[in-house]
Amino acid sequence: MLRLDGVSVRFGGPAGQTALDAVDLDVAEHETVCVLGPSGSGKSTLLRVVAGLQATDRGRVLLGDRDLAGVPAHRRGVGLMFQDHQLFPQRDVGANVAFGLRMHHVPRAEQDARVRELLELVGLPGAARRAVASLSGGEQQRVALARALAPRPRLLMLDEPLGQLDRSLRERLVVELRELFGELGTTVLAVTHDQGEAFALADRVVVMRDGRIAQSGTPLDVWQRPADAFVARFLGFDNVVPGTVSGEAADTVWGKLPVPPGSAQGHHDLLVRPAGVRLVPATDGLTCTVTARTFRGTHVAVHLQPEDTSAPRLEAACALRDAPETGDRVGVAFDGADVVVLG
Amino acid sequence: MKISFRRAGTVVLCGALGVSTLAACGGSDGSSASGEDSKTVTLVTHSSFNVSPDVLKDFEKQSGYKVDILKGGDAGEVVNKAVLSKGNPQGDVLFGVDNTLLSRAVDNGLFTPYKAKGLDRIPEDVRLDGDKHRVTPVDTGDICVNYDRAYFADKKIEPPKTLDDLIKPEYKNLLVTENAATSSPGLGFLLATAAEYGDQGWPDYWKKLKANGVKVVDGWEQAYNEEFSGSAGGKKAGADRPLVVSYASSPPVEVLGVKPEPKEAPTGVATGTCFRQIEFAGLLDGAKNEKGGKALIDFLISKRFQNDLPLQMFVNPVADDAELPELFTKFGEQVDKPLTVDPKKIAENREDWVKSWQSLVLK
Amino acid sequence: MAVAGPEVAEGARLRKDVRGSALRLGLLVVPVAFFAVFFAYPVAAIVARGLKVGDTWRLGRLADVLADPDLQHVLWFTTWQALASTGLTLLVALPGAYVFARFDFPGKQLLRAVVTVPFVLPTVVVGTAFLALLGRGGVLDALWGLRLDTTVWAILLAHVFFNYAVVVRTVGGLWAQLDPRQEEAARMLGASRFAAWRKVTLPALGPAVAGAALMVFLFTFTSFGVVQILGGPTFTTLEAEIYRQTAQLLALDTAAALTLVQFAAVGAILAVHAWTVRRRESALKLVDAAQTARRPQGTVQWALLGGVLLTVLLLILVPLGVLVERSLHPSAGYGLDYFRALTSVDSGAFLVPPIEAIANSLEYALAATAIAVTVGGLAAVALTRSRRGGGAVGRIVRGFDALLMLPLGVSAVTVGFGFLITLDEPPLDLRSSWILVPLAQALVGVPFVVRTMLPVLRAVDERLREAATVLGASPWRVWREVDLPLVRRALLVAAGFAFAVSLGEFGATVFIARPDQPTLPVAVATLLGRAGELNYGQAMALSTLLMLVCAVSLLLLERIRTDRTGEF
Repeated sequence: MLRLDGVSVRFGGPAGQTALDAVDLDVAEHETVCVLGPSGSGKSTLLRVVAGLQATDRGRVLLGDRDLAGVPAHRRGVGLMFQDHQLFPQRDVGANVAFGLRMHHVPRAEQDARVRELLELVGLPGAARRAVASLSGGEQQRVALARALAPRPRLLMLDEPLGQLDRSLRERLVVELRELFGELGTTVLAVTHDQGEAFALADRVVVMRDGRIAQSGTPLDVWQRPADAFVARFLGFDNVVPGTVSGEAADTVWGKLPVPPGSAQGHHDLLVRPAGVRLVPATDGLTCTVTARTFRGTHVAVHLQPEDTSAPRLEAACALRDAPETGDRVGVAFDGADVVVLG
Repeated sequence: MKISFRRAGTVVLCGALGVSTLAACGGSDGSSASGEDSKTVTLVTHSSFNVSPDVLKDFEKQSGYKVDILKGGDAGEVVNKAVLSKGNPQGDVLFGVDNTLLSRAVDNGLFTPYKAKGLDRIPEDVRLDGDKHRVTPVDTGDICVNYDRAYFADKKIEPPKTLDDLIKPEYKNLLVTENAATSSPGLGFLLATAAEYGDQGWPDYWKKLKANGVKVVDGWEQAYNEEFSGSAGGKKAGADRPLVVSYASSPPVEVLGVKPEPKEAPTGVATGTCFRQIEFAGLLDGAKNEKGGKALIDFLISKRFQNDLPLQMFVNPVADDAELPELFTKFGEQVDKPLTVDPKKIAENREDWVKSWQSLVLK
Repeated sequence: MAVAGPEVAEGARLRKDVRGSALRLGLLVVPVAFFAVFFAYPVAAIVARGLKVGDTWRLGRLADVLADPDLQHVLWFTTWQALASTGLTLLVALPGAYVFARFDFPGKQLLRAVVTVPFVLPTVVVGTAFLALLGRGGVLDALWGLRLDTTVWAILLAHVFFNYAVVVRTVGGLWAQLDPRQEEAARMLGASRFAAWRKVTLPALGPAVAGAALMVFLFTFTSFGVVQILGGPTFTTLEAEIYRQTAQLLALDTAAALTLVQFAAVGAILAVHAWTVRRRESALKLVDAAQTARRPQGTVQWALLGGVLLTVLLLILVPLGVLVERSLHPSAGYGLDYFRALTSVDSGAFLVPPIEAIANSLEYALAATAIAVTVGGLAAVALTRSRRGGGAVGRIVRGFDALLMLPLGVSAVTVGFGFLITLDEPPLDLRSSWILVPLAQALVGVPFVVRTMLPVLRAVDERLREAATVLGASPWRVWREVDLPLVRRALLVAAGFAFAVSLGEFGATVFIARPDQPTLPVAVATLLGRAGELNYGQAMALSTLLMLVCAVSLLLLERIRTDRTGEF
């Protein structure tokens, strides 16, 4: 439904900084796609390009089958929810939600009905006459969402939709949003820097780096097989080490690591998920010193420094009662099922 | 409120666009006012000009012309504007050139000669342009020192009569006058002293006047309304100067509208201090309605207009057959020997005299 | 899938840029044309008339003028009194701006209208009022035996009197819309009340304060009547000298040289202003003004309110009161005799009863306001948009911003005589047209509109506009729906100013006055220029009416302002 073909954007003219570099992206009808990336990766620019707020230097943007080149932002029929909501301060909640409807000349009675319906949908029934300034952050977010949804956009775009909210509210809203989009069948393109949010919300995750797409796939795909060391680290995996794969083992500074059968051969980065790092007696395997323990609720993350201090640190996930103390010397063995050979 | 404001906004906006478009494309008013149709005759004059509405209407009825009056600031401004727009004048007739400005006006060739009908009723001594007839005298006025009768009666001193009197010790710190550089009575008073004491003598007189505590303010309004104890404004402001440089016609005006009518005006005129101003009218060179302009000049010296003058502009008519209104005969004073300076001499010396006067009196 | 060729996409981008620039320039067409035809061309023409003989420029005149010690003194005095007046006005009026922006107190609207009244009064009338305050037998004289007339203090105080409203309205307008929570946040971080104000509010107000200061400076720099009435004939300003050289002596060469000097001085000030403001204007969080004002709390706030009210009372209400008192006080007791006299034509100063001047003044003022708001509004919008675009167009547009301020710093007589020699041929023979009056008045009103609207427009968050665009609003609609509600307040403030400027304007009106259509200031001046109690009393009565008309008009504007429908 949405297709980007080789879209490039440079700021400050042809010689300037590249914000988007030949980006190709497809979003299917009813699909929720989350663009994930650190700040400066170009993900917000991507939304602005689709919305028509940012001109492209190259490439095409198609919505449905229509090339959007030359279609001004206000005629594109896409919705965009801004990072900090950008509610109109002089208008009350109802007028904010009704804004898009007014722009599309929806009759007054219909506007009122739609505003009521949407405020109910986002869990703020009866808030239409409230002043924007009196809303809490979560409420503002809901109003912004209702406002973006009101004109029934073909595509709804969300820029860091939950960015400014506290953790518990965020976790609850992610579930609500997911249910809501499923119910409405909305096509959604969201950007976020929070992988938890992305994985919870998206049918498909697109990881961006420096204006390029680093990886695209279902949350499970991406989680299980990060495309490269950047993606792996961005997803929060720290056990990344370069190595040489040969057959079903790889040579690394951590010693020989087992790899799944059929892995690519030769020089590659390898990722070992924390679950794949097993603690064994200090005499067996790679000898490490415990440098820190972090309580993670269901388990303890144990940070380990190999004896060879030039080798990268490791993180292991231990059951609460098995976790060694800081300063203990332990051995480390690797489980081939949790080792991923990166691209 | 909401709807009405929206509507008002639209009106204002449309108005604005309309107005600016009109302006950009050139207003049609502009051309009609400059008298393209010969039914209108335009009088360019200074801001003190006035005429009774019926007198003007009668002229319009008799002559068939509609009179358009344009006031363009004080007399100096009006003449200078006429000089700048020479050849393409704003109107047909200019009224308000006085003898201090006459040379500048005629030397710049502002006027087309016209010998007005009824000129024979006007005495030779005010016809300063002689038989060239570039300008026609319309009225005279005298710039004189006025005094506050009550003050001098209270103090039991005789009010001053002449310029010489003003430097006497009994009149110390009593006189207020105007800046000769910015005010026309101020200039007139300077010219009076120049006429009386000559080119060389006047600075000396002013030194004495300064030593005798003359106060100089910027304009007639401040001098008369704020500093002069004899005026209505001065009384309210607690003014303490009983002598002021003003006009010979000021005392009658003080009585105007006062009920019941007093026996005499609260102020009097020092008749030996007067400088005579004569105001002229002329047909502007390049006038679009020359015929109408001539008729208008005839009207300005007609008996009807001349009789109307005194109470409209507080000046004296020039025509022999004009009658002074009762207000003037009853409360005014006759100035028999006013001081005068040849217009040419004024034109030549004005700037130098004013400059010396400034450094002598103001510094 | 074929990727679009680079040339195609580059073309699209170029088209978009061109369209943006075209829009910006398009918005500027009306203001530029207005400025060029009614200011730049006439002024250039009159300067050229003075300094050009045949084909050669006599720039030597400039050197002569600059070398004249008298004129040097005039220039020096003009500049320092303007700087001192500006400083004093800010000092006195900024607390006022704060009080009007942040406190609720009974009679606030009325008072805000009243402080603007001085703005419309002719200088002759103000001179009278001020002499009553500072001069012989005045309030100061009665209390402490202190007389300030003919001192420079009288000039400075009168300038504060005139310009108090400029600061209160332009700065207060923005101040009321600043989110007080930002200052509160700073205080939570340990800043003292004053430090919080200095670090948070002052930078946000910076552009508005600088803009107000600039306007006050330009007004006082070109001050004329006040200086001479209150300072006496020994104080002369550049403006007065230009007037004398032009209108009285017709020494166009000297006048032209002085005009160039005036230009240079004003240009220098504009450059300083641009330099101070350039990096300060930023997007601010604007909130509804009605929510930021509250009743004063604690001794300090009450004292502040009291101090401001006392200042307003002494500096503004007392002089105005003097005029009212004099209008009601004929020789025999109090009464309305003078007002009654205004309804008849008998007094002989005009072809029509003086009272008709009210309608004339209102008509001129409405026309001038409409022109100023249109021209200034378009300019302000174009200037706001220019911030995003860099490049040559952006620079030209920004330069235009400064140019628009110039009319405030140039002699009315220069412009007027310029009109006379330029707008004299069909289709633009406007010399005798009534439209010239509102046009000339709008020239002074436009800078007010631009200065008042620009800080607010620039403070509007660009993404708020984008939010509206994405919801389907066209650029025009975005302006109407997002900018306008936020700047509506500023727009009304600006319109109020333009209106007041025009209502009290004297120079242009007297330049082509018609005896059958006198305006209020012209009628007052005419009456004051005549001897006699009746004329003096009528002048006072008419001044009182002028104040009343001004106050009522501004109160009506205030009413619109507080009507919070949020839609235009």
